[in-house]
Amino acid sequence: MNKKALKTVFLDTVPVLTGYLFLGAGFGILLAEQTGKGVLWAFFMSVFMFAGSGQYLAVSLIANGTSLLSSAIAMFLVNARHIFYGISLLGTYKGAKAKPYMIFGLTDETYSLVTQNQPPEGMSKHKYCFLVTLLDHIYWITGCTLGNLAGHLIPINFEGVEFVLTALFVTMFVEQWLTHKNHLPAIIGVASTVLCLAIFGSEIFLIPSMVMIAVLLTVTRKTGRRRTDV
Amino acid sequence: MYDIALIAVTALVIAATRFIPFLIFGEKREIPPLITYLGQVLPFAIMGMLVVYCLKDVKFLSAPFGAPELIGCAIVALLHLWKRNSLLSIGVGTVAYMIMVQLIF
Repeated sequence: MNKKALKTVFLDTVPVLTGYLFLGAGFGILLAEQTGKGVLWAFFMSVFMFAGSGQYLAVSLIANGTSLLSSAIAMFLVNARHIFYGISLLGTYKGAKAKPYMIFGLTDETYSLVTQNQPPEGMSKHKYCFLVTLLDHIYWITGCTLGNLAGHLIPINFEGVEFVLTALFVTMFVEQWLTHKNHLPAIIGVASTVLCLAIFGSEIFLIPSMVMIAVLLTVTRKTGRRRTDV
Repeated sequence: MYDIALIAVTALVIAATRFIPFLIFGEKREIPPLITYLGQVLPFAIMGMLVVYCLKDVKFLSAPFGAPELIGCAIVALLHLWKRNSLLSIGVGTVAYMIMVQLIF
């Protein structure tokens, strides 16, 4: 594998590196403050859960002594969006050697990168997806453990740095808008989520949003077909 | 023990959300056309969903009315429309947002 290709993959993941180091550190600090747990916990949670909002939620579940069943349900509600990622990567990940690991590590950010970016010359798509997943995982583990160990020592004010991930998604959104003529799916995505957020509130809006998106995309597909039939 | 059990259970739930589609539509099974179609158009809808998801806890009804987030997103989007350089759009937008929440709002 040549250095130039690796550098390209690394540059693609730089926004995630920034976001994960700080969001991970935020988790590590919160874990220490709210549950008194040390670096081994931060390490193993970041290795085996590898989910930003999931791990933040887990801290409050542990701190509140929430029952296992309630915890499992809450965790499902927060992470159900992953189901969509799998559906759109069924073809891309087919036959990949490291497929189980790539599925295990399918975060929002990894998903955005692998759906949006093409691998550098000479690298297969599977390898690109694997490397992005692995790099993102390493960034996340590093952020979580360092934050737990030394988060309270950082003297600089990094407030607002978590916006880097919002910025990543906005960039991907604009990029998709520019490269594809059919804007209906993008509009459906935004409109459904905004509507469901307004109706259901920020705790549980993701599942209704997903249902609405799936239904609207399915319905608009049929009308598109009829048009071509005529 | 409870803590370890909780982490194990929630880690399994998270992994399940990621594995479910692949378990249902395995390597060998034919993927139904509707699912293939959804797989093609979902990335566009999901990116919109994720942007809204990131802004879900912003309070638009009280000061500063989500101004740092909206201005931040506008900077990222406009800069990206202009230069189409992802790192530049993300970097400038994030720094601008940090300045806004730390010094202005």
